[in-house]
Amino acid sequence: MISLVWLIPALPLTAFLVNGLFGRRWLGQLTGVIASAAVGVSALLAIGVFLEVVGGRTQTVVSLYRWIAVGDFSINVSALVDPLSSTMLLVVTVVSFLIFVYANGYMAHDAGFYRFFTWLSLFVFAMLILVMADNYLLMFVGWEGVGLCSYLLIGFWFERPEPYYAAKKAFIMNRIGDWGYTIGIITIFLVFGSMNFLDVFTRLATSSMAQGPLTLICLALFFGATGKSAQLPLYSWLPDAMEGPTPVSALIHAATMVTSGVYLVARSMPLFEAAGPSLQVVGIVGAITAIFAATIALVQFDIKRVMAYSTVSQLGYMFLALGVGAPAAAIFHLATHAFFKALLFLGSGSVIHGLGGEQDMRKMGGLRRKMPVTFWTMLIAGGALAALPPLAGFWSKDEILGATFTEGQLVLYAIGIVTAILTAFYVTRALWMTFYGEPRDHHLYDHAHESPRVMTLPLVALAAGSAVLGIVIGFPPEGGFIHRFLAPVVEAAGVADRAPELATIVVLAFVSVLAGLIGIAVGVSMYVRHRPDPAALTRAAGPVYRVLVNKYYVDELYDHRFVEAARAFAGAAWAFDIHIIDGLANRLGWALARGGQGLRRAQTGVVGNYALTIVAGLLLILVAYGGYAAGILGR
Amino acid sequence: MTVPLGAYVVVSAALFFIGCAGVLVRRNAVVILMCVELMLNAANLALVAFSRKYGSIDERGSVFVIFVFVVAAAEVAVGLGIILSAYRNRPVVDVDEIHQMRG
Repeated sequence: MISLVWLIPALPLTAFLVNGLFGRRWLGQLTGVIASAAVGVSALLAIGVFLEVVGGRTQTVVSLYRWIAVGDFSINVSALVDPLSSTMLLVVTVVSFLIFVYANGYMAHDAGFYRFFTWLSLFVFAMLILVMADNYLLMFVGWEGVGLCSYLLIGFWFERPEPYYAAKKAFIMNRIGDWGYTIGIITIFLVFGSMNFLDVFTRLATSSMAQGPLTLICLALFFGATGKSAQLPLYSWLPDAMEGPTPVSALIHAATMVTSGVYLVARSMPLFEAAGPSLQVVGIVGAITAIFAATIALVQFDIKRVMAYSTVSQLGYMFLALGVGAPAAAIFHLATHAFFKALLFLGSGSVIHGLGGEQDMRKMGGLRRKMPVTFWTMLIAGGALAALPPLAGFWSKDEILGATFTEGQLVLYAIGIVTAILTAFYVTRALWMTFYGEPRDHHLYDHAHESPRVMTLPLVALAAGSAVLGIVIGFPPEGGFIHRFLAPVVEAAGVADRAPELATIVVLAFVSVLAGLIGIAVGVSMYVRHRPDPAALTRAAGPVYRVLVNKYYVDELYDHRFVEAARAFAGAAWAFDIHIIDGLANRLGWALARGGQGLRRAQTGVVGNYALTIVAGLLLILVAYGGYAAGILGR
Repeated sequence: MTVPLGAYVVVSAALFFIGCAGVLVRRNAVVILMCVELMLNAANLALVAFSRKYGSIDERGSVFVIFVFVVAAAEVAVGLGIILSAYRNRPVVDVDEIHQMRG
C-alpha cells in the first residue's frame, strides 16, 4: 500500500485536470461527483497506508524522480511516509472527502460549480504534497500551492468587492510568512548542505551545531508558520477569509491548510528542540494567540467569524503544545480539531444555507426545531470545542494543558485555562443565539429549512468523529494509541516524554472540565436568564467592548503602520518611475527631435546651395591635403 | 615637338574651374548640366595626359576615362530626365525656383 502512496495526491490532481479542462463545457454538475470520488479513493488509500504504518513500517521513503541535481546537492520528489505524515494524510483526505460531499449540496445552485471543484481538487493535491514531502523544498511547493488555492477560493465570489479584498489580504499576509519560510530553508541549506528532512536531522544529531544559525532557522520557519496558521502577528487574514464559500472555510481555513504551520513545526521538532529559545517563542506566541483570538470571538455576531477566531485560538493551543515539547498532543489536537471545527463550519454553512445566506446570529434563534440534524451535530461539535468529556476535544486539549503544566509553564497553563473558559462561553453563546430562544427574525425563520441529505450526512459522519475520535485514539491519557503511534517522531525529536502522574492527570482533567463548565454556565446564565443581561453588560463594559468588537484595532494598526507605509513607498517608486525612468527616455527623445528640427534648416532645397557646399568641401579637402603635404616637406 | 605635361594640367585646371564656376553661378538647369560635363572632361584630360606621360607599362588612366564617359552619359540621361519631369510639373528651368524639397 505504501508503494501506492503517490496515487493519493495523483487522484485529486487528475480530478483537477479533468474538471478544469472539461468541466465548464461538458461535465456540469458531474464535476462535484468526479472530485468527491477522487478524494474518496484517496481517503481509502490513505487508510491503507495508515494501517501499514501502524503495522510497523514506521519510516519509508517513496521516490518518484530526481528533481534537482547540482553537484553534491540533489532533491528528489519523494514521499516520507512515517506516523506523522500518515496521520496527516488520513486527516486531510477523510475530512476533505466529507467536505467535498457536503459541497455538492451547498454549492449546487452556484454558477461557478465546476470552478469550485476544480480549485478544491487542486487544493487537496497541494495539501497532500505538503504533508508527504520528504524535504523542505518540495514541502514549499505544496505550501505555496495551498496558499494559491486559498487565494482563489476566498475570492471565489469575486463579483463582490469584499471577497476579492479578503483574498488579496490573505495572499499578501501569507507571502510575508513565506518570506520567513524561504529564509529558513535557505539557511538550512547553507548550514546542512541539504534540505532533506532525514539528512538534516541526522547531521543535526551527529555533529555539533552553532546555536545562532539554528535559532535563525527555527524562528524563520516559525514566522512562516504564523503566516499559514494565522498566529500573531499574521493572523488577521483568517477572519476575513470567511468571505469564501463555507466548505472552503471548513476545509482550508479550519481543518487542513491552517494546520500546515503546526505540521511544519512538528516536522522540524528536532531543529526546534536543538535551538534553545525557539520553542519558548513558539509556546508563548501560541498561548497569547489563543487567548487573544478567544476574547475577540466573545463579541462577534457573524457566526462564521466566531468560528474563525475560534480556529485562530485553537491553533494557538496547538502551538502551545509544540512549544512545551509535546508534538504528539499538538497533532492529536490537530486531528480532533479538524473534525469538530470542520463540523462547526459545515453546520454554520447548513444554517446559512437554510436561511438563504444570512450569517448574522442576531437574526437567528430557535432554529433547533427547524434544523434538528444540524442542531444536534453542531451541539456535539460545540461540546468537543468546549472540551466536555467524553467528546474528542476534551482528550486532546487536556493533553496540551497537562503537558504545559508538567513542563512547569504555569503562566502558559493559566492562559490555557482562561482560554478554555472563554472558549466554552463563546461556543455556548453562538449555539444559543442560533438554535435556542425565540426567532428574532420571523421572516427568515418561516423560510428556514433543514439542508438536503447530501449535506447532513457529512455532518453526521463528522459528528461521529468529533464524539469518539478522542477516546478511541487518546485513551488512556498520555498513553493512548496516538502517543504510541507518534512515539518514533517524538523520540526522533529528542523530546523527553514527561508523562505526569495519574493523580495529576485526574486533577488537571477536573480543572479543565470545570473551566469548560464555568464558561458554559456563564453563557447559559447570560443568554437564557439574562443574569447579567448581555446588553447591560455591553453598556457597562463600554470601552472594553468596543476594543473587542473592533478586534483590538489590529487591522487599523496594520493599515496605519504597514499598509500606508507600503502605499507611500509604492507612490515614491511610481514617481521615480514616471519622473526619472520615463523622464530620461522622454527627454532623450525630445532632445533628438529638437536636434532634428535644427538640422532640417540645412536642407534648403536650392540646388545652388548644395553645389556650393560640395565645392566648399572640395576646397577644404584640398587645403587640408596641401597643409599635410607642406608638413611632410617641412619635415 | 611634344606638349609639356604642365600645359595639359593648366588647361585641365582652367576647364575644371570654369565648369565649377558655371555650376555655382548659372541658374539654368541645362547649363548647369553642361558645366558638370565640362568639369568631368577636365578631369578626363588630366587623366589622359598623366597616362600618356607615365603609363608606359599600361594605360590604366585612359581606361578610367572610358568609365567616366559611361558615368557621364548615364548622369546626363538621369539629369535631363529629372529636369524634364520637373519642367512638366512646373514649367521653369531656373533651379532657384525649384525648392520644394526644402526640409
